[in-house]
This record gives sequence, C-alpha cells and structure tokens, in this order.
Amino acid sequence: MIPDLITLLLWVGGLLIVASAVGYVLQRRLSPEGQNEGVENLVARIRAWWVMAILIAVAFLAGRTGVVILFALCSFAALREFVTLTNARRADHWTLAISFFVVIPLQYWLVWAGEYGIYSIYIPVYAFLLGPIISALRGETDNFLIRVAEIQWGLMIAVFAVSHVPALLTLEIPGYEGRGVLLIAFLIVVVQMSDVLQYVWGKLLGRRKIAPRLSPGKTVEGFFGGVLSATAIGLMLYWITPFTPLQAGLMAFTIAIMGFCGGLVMSAIKRDRGVKDWGHTIEGHGGFIDRLDSVVFSAPIFFHLTRYWWT
Amino acid sequence: MPAKPSILTRISASAVAGGIEVFARLVTAVRADWRGVEPLPGTRVYYANHASNGDFVLIWAVLPPRLRDRVRPVAGADYWLSTPIKRFVGQHVFNALLIDRIGAGPREAPVEQMSEALDGGSSLILFPEGTRNLTAEKLLPFKTGLFHLATARPEVDLVPVWIENLNRVMPKGEVVPIPLLCRVRFGAPVRLKPHESKDAFLTRSRDALLALSEDAS
Repeated sequence: MIPDLITLLLWVGGLLIVASAVGYVLQRRLSPEGQNEGVENLVARIRAWWVMAILIAVAFLAGRTGVVILFALCSFAALREFVTLTNARRADHWTLAISFFVVIPLQYWLVWAGEYGIYSIYIPVYAFLLGPIISALRGETDNFLIRVAEIQWGLMIAVFAVSHVPALLTLEIPGYEGRGVLLIAFLIVVVQMSDVLQYVWGKLLGRRKIAPRLSPGKTVEGFFGGVLSATAIGLMLYWITPFTPLQAGLMAFTIAIMGFCGGLVMSAIKRDRGVKDWGHTIEGHGGFIDRLDSVVFSAPIFFHLTRYWWT
Repeated sequence: MPAKPSILTRISASAVAGGIEVFARLVTAVRADWRGVEPLPGTRVYYANHASNGDFVLIWAVLPPRLRDRVRPVAGADYWLSTPIKRFVGQHVFNALLIDRIGAGPREAPVEQMSEALDGGSSLILFPEGTRNLTAEKLLPFKTGLFHLATARPEVDLVPVWIENLNRVMPKGEVVPIPLLCRVRFGAPVRLKPHESKDAFLTRSRDALLALSEDAS
C-alpha cells in the first residue's frame, strides 16, 4: 500500500505547489495590497488546502486509528456548526450533550472496531429514538418536532454520513487487503477536485445559473465541466482502487453528482437560516460543513456501492 | 498586592491558562470581531453583557497576548476567594481585580480600586449589569458603576463588547457545556460627555452594547 500512497501524496503535493505558485503570481499581479477579494480568498483557500492535505496525509500514515480520530474531530466541528444554527433550547441540553460526548465517540469507536452491524444502524435507530425521549422528558413542547428533527438531521449529516469515510477502511475487498486508505484518498480527491473544477470551469465559461435561488455562484457550465473532469480524474486514478478504469470512472461520476447535490442541499439550509457560511473556523472556506458538504452526501453512497458489489 | 509569586506558581498558572484557553476554543471556536476598535495596546475598559460564568474567559481568550497580559477582569471577591482553587485561578491565572460586593467597605472603594488599576496601566473587563443575566431580556439595566468609573477617569475609552451565544453553551443550572460557535464583537469606544447626566450616560452606553448585539454579520 505504501508505494501507491506515496505516489498519490506526491501528486497532491505537486498540485498544491502549482496552486500556491499560481496564487502567488495572481496576488502579485492583481492584489498587491490585498484589494482583490477573489484573489485573497483563493490564496486563503490554498493555504487551508495545504493544512487539510497535511492532516489527512499524517492520518493516513498513522493508519486506521489516525483516520478515525481525524474524522471524529471533523464530526465534532461539523455538529458544533450545525447545532449553532438550530432552534435547540434548554430542554434539549442533555440530548445535545449526549450527541456530542456519547454518540460521536461511540459511533467512531464502532467504526474503528469494524462493527458494521451496529455502526450502520446505531444513529438511525438508537439515537433517533432515544434523543426525542430525552428532550420530551423535560416537558418543553414549543417547536418540539422542529427541535427534534434538527438534532436528528445534524447527527445524520455531521456524524453518521461523515463516519462512512473512515468506515471505508473496514471493507474487506478480495485482492485489496491493506489498501483501504487509498479508497478514502480516491473519494476525497474526486470530491475536492470536482468542487474546485466546478468553480474553475464556472469562472472560465459560466453563463447560465443552475440554481439561482440556492447557490447563485453555481453555473450549468461549471457543473458539467466539473463533474466530467472529476470523472476523468477518477478514471485515471483507477490504479489506486479495486475497480477497472470504467468502474472507477462511474464511481467518480456518482461521487461528483452526489457531492454537487450535497452542496445544493446544504446551501438551501444556509439560505433558510440567513447565513453565508456554516462557520468561521477555516480561513477562506468558512466552516467545516462548507468543506464537508459534498463528502457528506457522497461518502455513504460510495461506501455502500463498494460494499455491495466488491465484498 | 502580595509578594511576587514563585516560579512554580507562575509556571502552573500559565499551564492552567493554556488549558482553559484550549478548552474554551474547543467548545466555542471563539472568534474576535473588531468592529469599532483595533486590537491595540492601551488602557481601556471593556464592558460586556454577562449571561454566563465563562464570559470573561472568552474575552480574555480572544485578546492578543500583549493585550491579555494587561487586562484584569473585575470580579466579586466573595466568589473568587471562596475556595483555594478559585483563589489561585482568580489571582494568578486571570489576575482578577477583586472587589467587595457584599458592601462591608465604603461605597466608593470599588471605583477607587478600578481607577488605581487603570492608572497602573491595566485594562479592565467589566460587566455593568452587575450580575449574571438569567432572564429572557437581552441585557439588564446597567448598575451605576460604569458611570462612576467614567466620571473618575473620563479620558479612558470604554469599549462595548458583545458576547454572542455563550449563554446557549451553558445555560443556568447545567454542568456540561454544549459546543456551539461563539463570537466576541468589539464596538466603537464610548466616553463620558461633559455635563452628561448619569441616566443619559448609562442609557447611551447600554444602547451602544445593544446595537452591537443586533449587528450580525
């Protein structure tokens, strides 16, 4: 596994060096005093990508435990952002405390232990039923359905869906033993490249808006350009997966489409709550959910498609 | 002031300070929003809304190190001297300016104490509501302390500071904090105008803080 992982990491590093160089030149030319917001944002994003790539690389090299801890922390940060925008009130205090300090550790521990039979149903069944009971015991009925539904959505999005990324490590694919981190790398590279290339294609050719009410920045040209380029990249990365080139391309296509739709759904929530970003934690990117939204929607589908056909 | 603390005390105080800051950031990912002033050194009074025990910790955590070394939260001696641990944290970690709220001493004493601290080059963190706001109101009426301090030291900038969301992190009576994003917003400084009445000044400074609370980004 190590040689292929190293090759991939070198590619990612090279790409980031190119991106940093481009950012540097753009900044010198267009924004020497920091006056061009677009360029400044791009430079901040590239810097954050470096941090993300380094963290993920370290986690990969640390193996299953490292990956599980990294994504558990992502879930923590994402749930923190999600709950900030909800109607939760004092009566939900214990439901929330348990969500953060019991549900997250337990879910990731189960993933770490490879307990598919429990971690795949633990949040949809147990947390789904127990949470509302705890909230109900406090007797506060105002907005009850809304509050309970919001917490459950938060858990599904920020914890359940995200935990399917490290869960990829537990899949036992014949002939692919010990290479699980490469499946995660495949997912993350395809999702991130799809996001970036949608942005780039949109900037270059974008004319027609694809979802003006949800996400005014997204264009039809960006969508097709991004999804097709991400599909091509996924196809070219078949050597790190257990798939044939065609299968890798189809997987990448599915991931890119789900990622795009995830971005739309999460934008709809932001519009509803009247915010531009989910948080302020990652310079240039907003919050964790702003960066995770596409992964959230693609990871469980990618996990189950792979599990169904390859194990 | 007591004699200079020993090295051991200072080391453990900075370790505790680091721990408190990491914990506060983990729970709240707190971010400063310098709207009306720059984070520059200088003698200032930061006056803020008070809805949670962690309020001054958040202000303290978002101040740049140089400002943080100079800032002293004004707090009740009855609370901070009640146990050895609180005494250590109040005195050595936060360098709190402890005032007597019970009222055993003369009435002017707290204002004198605060003025002396300002004269010595410290900044202050003050909660002019006087007590934690546990009501549904956004902000309680101000006590008169801020006015008396402004009268005693009219040349000092009074900076309104709105702490957002911390009351949801740890509502009254709960022991486990809920992680939520918090923000600390610093507004434009207020000073006492010549011949301004007590009520007019207290209303104006309170309105400045309220305006900051509605100034969502």
